[in-house]
Amino acid sequence: MDDSEVIREFLIESTENLGRLDQEIVQLEQSPKDAQLLASVFRTMHTIKGTGGMLGFGAVEKLAHLAENLLSQVRNGERDLTAPLVSLVLRAVDAVKAELLAIEAGGKESGVSHAALEDELRRACENKPAASAQGEAAGSEAPPAAGEDGGGAQKNLSEDSTIRVDVGLLDRLMNLVGELVLARNQILQFDAGCEDSSFNASAQRVDLITTELQEGVMKTRMQPIGNIWNKFPRVVRDMAMASGKQVRIEMEGKDTELDRTIIEAIKDPLTHLVRNAVDHGLESPAARKATGKDPEGRLLLRAFHEGGQVNIEITDDGAGLDYERIRAKAIEKNLVSREQAARLSEREIANLIFLPGFSTAERVTNVSGRGVGMDVVKTNIEKIGGAVDVHSKPGQGSTVRMKIPLTLAIIPALIVTSGGDRYAIPQVSLLELVRLEGEQLRGGIELVNGAPVHRLRGQLLPLLYLARELGTDDLPARAAENGLQPGGVNIVVLRADDRQFGLVVDEVNETEEIVVKPLSQPLKNINTFAGATIMGDGRIALILDVVGLAQRADVVGEGQGRALAEERKPAENKQAATRRQVLLCQYGEGGQVAIDLSAVGRLEQFPVHRIEIADDREAVQYRGQIMPLLRVSDLLQGKHRPAPREQALVHVVVYADRGRNVGLVVDRILDIVDEAFRVERQTGRRGVLGSAVIQKRITDIVDIPQLLGAAEPGAQVHA
Amino acid sequence: MADTQQFCTFYLKEQFFGVPVQQVQEVLRCQPMTRVPLVPRVIRGLINLRGQIVMALDLRRRFQMEDRAHTQAPMNVVVRTGEGAVSLLVDEIGDVVEVELERFEPPPATLKGEMRELLHGAYKLPGRLLLEIDVPRAIAVEGAQPDNR
Repeated sequence: MDDSEVIREFLIESTENLGRLDQEIVQLEQSPKDAQLLASVFRTMHTIKGTGGMLGFGAVEKLAHLAENLLSQVRNGERDLTAPLVSLVLRAVDAVKAELLAIEAGGKESGVSHAALEDELRRACENKPAASAQGEAAGSEAPPAAGEDGGGAQKNLSEDSTIRVDVGLLDRLMNLVGELVLARNQILQFDAGCEDSSFNASAQRVDLITTELQEGVMKTRMQPIGNIWNKFPRVVRDMAMASGKQVRIEMEGKDTELDRTIIEAIKDPLTHLVRNAVDHGLESPAARKATGKDPEGRLLLRAFHEGGQVNIEITDDGAGLDYERIRAKAIEKNLVSREQAARLSEREIANLIFLPGFSTAERVTNVSGRGVGMDVVKTNIEKIGGAVDVHSKPGQGSTVRMKIPLTLAIIPALIVTSGGDRYAIPQVSLLELVRLEGEQLRGGIELVNGAPVHRLRGQLLPLLYLARELGTDDLPARAAENGLQPGGVNIVVLRADDRQFGLVVDEVNETEEIVVKPLSQPLKNINTFAGATIMGDGRIALILDVVGLAQRADVVGEGQGRALAEERKPAENKQAATRRQVLLCQYGEGGQVAIDLSAVGRLEQFPVHRIEIADDREAVQYRGQIMPLLRVSDLLQGKHRPAPREQALVHVVVYADRGRNVGLVVDRILDIVDEAFRVERQTGRRGVLGSAVIQKRITDIVDIPQLLGAAEPGAQVHA
Repeated sequence: MADTQQFCTFYLKEQFFGVPVQQVQEVLRCQPMTRVPLVPRVIRGLINLRGQIVMALDLRRRFQMEDRAHTQAPMNVVVRTGEGAVSLLVDEIGDVVEVELERFEPPPATLKGEMRELLHGAYKLPGRLLLEIDVPRAIAVEGAQPDNR
């Protein structure tokens, strides 16, 4: 943003304001007691003075300043607004306008002296009759100010450059452009198989023009986010009054533009976040004083474009999130297990507040803290393809950041084929594409307790077969499951909420810009589809709702070992004491252990020759770190057995503890079990919670943190 | 002299049906259709009607008749509804006929089950009956909540 742009904005704004000023001053003459009108006139002059001065336009500043002085006397009731006075102010307005025109034309002020007018204004202020000023006037060379706008003959950009258009018309235009995009796609498809070079050239031009037209029309539907922000000062003020807080609201990037459908969609979430920040984020003035802060809290709304998306931030300088309280609350509400909670990073903890049923408000106020809210905010933002995230520093405040797409009407999507039909997957949910062929196919898809998973860089990725989920055709799916599909398996790795899953499709086609069309009533209720679109060949393809699909298929419970994996099902977690997901491993001479799946970071295999000795302990180089290896058999059976050399590979369960990886060596990884089992309490060994019968075998249930604690002295024994 | 009504007529398993012409937007040959998984089977799919996405509902299935033979391509009777256009899949299109309103009778008692629910009634024409379909009811598919209309 350079100076010329600032100046341009100043010109547009001032010209608009001055245009209004003319009218207002005249109105004021009719009803001189209208305080609001007077205030508005005063404000305009004040703004022009300020900005003009800041940009170094001395003449503008001076004129505006003098007019302002005069108006302020009127405002303070020191004098009545007489007709001559009004004329004087209007002359000052004209002079300012003339200067603005000069600036617009030449980038600088006209250089014409306004001394006579200035003097008149000054005298009017001092309550002297303006007529007697003549003799003392310093600048006799000045022509009458009102006549100075001779330089304004040039075309100017600030006046008459906008018109009002019916929103319905814009929507219709947008629809038509959508149709045009489809027709363009059809032409391009035909063009691809066409040899005629003049047709090729025309098709290319149609393509280009359509793209530009689409952008242009989309721009017309853009609205500055300020349109919804404008009501926040009032909201904040009311809330602050109600809760006895002092809040100052600041806004940056008010002019950042978004499609109006998106503006509509984020209105409520945004309002909620602002209320939340005032209600929960900012402290009372007394509490702020006690910690050495300004008693007046600061709430900053910021919006800016970044990477084809709009970022919106809501920052408060309040107390920040209380991580310990959130942790405790999440455990108390069974949103995460104690073990999970212990391993969460601060950022992950902060994002726990977006879970359904989470609210830390100590008392339920009438403004927020009803326990619904943040999760609704998140759902609403994700519904439009956005994301929301929170950062916080204790004592210094929090920032909620949303990333929002610019528009919803036309989105990039990946087209896939499944069961003979094409489906569109919105690009926002797409993480990567994986294709398993030949050798990789064998063992590339494993069955864990009946649920197919793929090891994606060591991490378990639950798989969904699209055709099976949709009930369209389960034959190819079954074939793929058995690894029999000759062509290989295509996995589309998707993100839904915080989880990843792989969607197995028959074919991955191409990426395309698609026009989203809503489905009509009876189909709208199926949350597996987000809408439909018309493809280049005129056929319809359904748009998959990735979140809906994941929820429908309940991917959650299927072996996803991420820390936050289980959050979404609080009802099920209520029985966390008895039912949980564990990884079954074999160790030692036929022993079986169960490791809580939430504690498992990854599953890896290392060739035996990669095992090195560091600090007299076994370790491997893993992701640029030295990862100590601990043999479960040593830990549990207390005896050191050499690595069985006949084995070329060791199986390692990677446990991540605050950025530090520890590898647990087991003989075999058996299964992932999600079942209810009774833990028989056992005394004795550290690191073992107890035993239970799982899959007809007695299994030790280990507590990794404890086990590792036990390993430290154990390691010294060996040393 | 008597009041009359024009009907767009069509056949389903040789039976003669009609919809008031005012409700019919157009009649089309068999269109390429995209099936929609996970919906009641009466919804055969979606068709592209000049850029408008229209749901196609098979009246045979709606009336619990057996499916038409694979070789027999259905015709589309596109009707206007509160929810936008919906296409009714039928076997064959008949003429537009004009009937006198006084020939109307409620559904005959011999009609059973689903079909009785979905018909306004019958018009006694010379030699045959014209069954008038209650369009809003016919398109209110079970398992999906129709709007309160």
